[in-house]
Amino acid sequence: MEKKPTVELKLPILKNMELVATQTADVVSKHMQLSEEKSDEISMALIEACINAFEHSESKSEVYIHFIIDDDNLMIKVIDKGIGFDASQVKIPKIESKINSDERKRGWGLMLIKELMDSVDFESSDSGTTLTMIKKKDQNDE
Amino acid sequence: MNKILEASLKGEVLVIKTEGYLNKDLGQDIQDAAQEHIANGINHVLIDLEQSNIVNSIGASIIIELIEQLQETDGTLAFCNLAPIIEKTFKIMGLTKYCSCYSNENDAIEAMS
Repeated sequence: MEKKPTVELKLPILKNMELVATQTADVVSKHMQLSEEKSDEISMALIEACINAFEHSESKSEVYIHFIIDDDNLMIKVIDKGIGFDASQVKIPKIESKINSDERKRGWGLMLIKELMDSVDFESSDSGTTLTMIKKKDQNDE
Repeated sequence: MNKILEASLKGEVLVIKTEGYLNKDLGQDIQDAAQEHIANGINHVLIDLEQSNIVNSIGASIIIELIEQLQETDGTLAFCNLAPIIEKTFKIMGLTKYCSCYSNENDAIEAMS
């Protein structure tokens, strides 16, 4: 099977490195002729995925990002070598619960990623997590 | 560069203009800029994000703390000049249930005064 064109990034866990990923996402989105709206949604989801990988994985090594270009979609994999997590244990955040309460104000990343992308999947173990997210290309994107 | 460009009173509204990535640091800078004025009795705050077209949820979460604080004094928080993706992000998070969004600073100040 022919390998799909793939852009690979290796990000050190340093402040604001997620913006490097968004710059690459912009170039890939333009190459695929995705709409500006889709491109912005991809960047926003990618920021949240990188922050999760940086902050929550407790990973001490780099985070790897693969942009896999297909005719009708863009698949992005965000891979860390952290301690893993159980997605089923992540609460869906509600602002009504967070306002005027002691509940932690953060915890929006996963919800934003799911809302902004067409599909999201996880593979997680105690040796790392791979988040796979897909944005479909519409005919009218071109 | 992520920074506060201006924090000034326009009538009874504190207008905070930002530049760059609304992340944890800039979110905290906004919070800090608002504190001095809130201590002096100002309870209407407008955040102008015209020069900030990218945000993360940590920066946005700090804004939730500012909403809470303003609610204690019957105050209001509003945004203007939002990039579409930032407005969409704030909607998904539910921030727009507690803050109004205006297309420009003049409209916002008129509505908030």
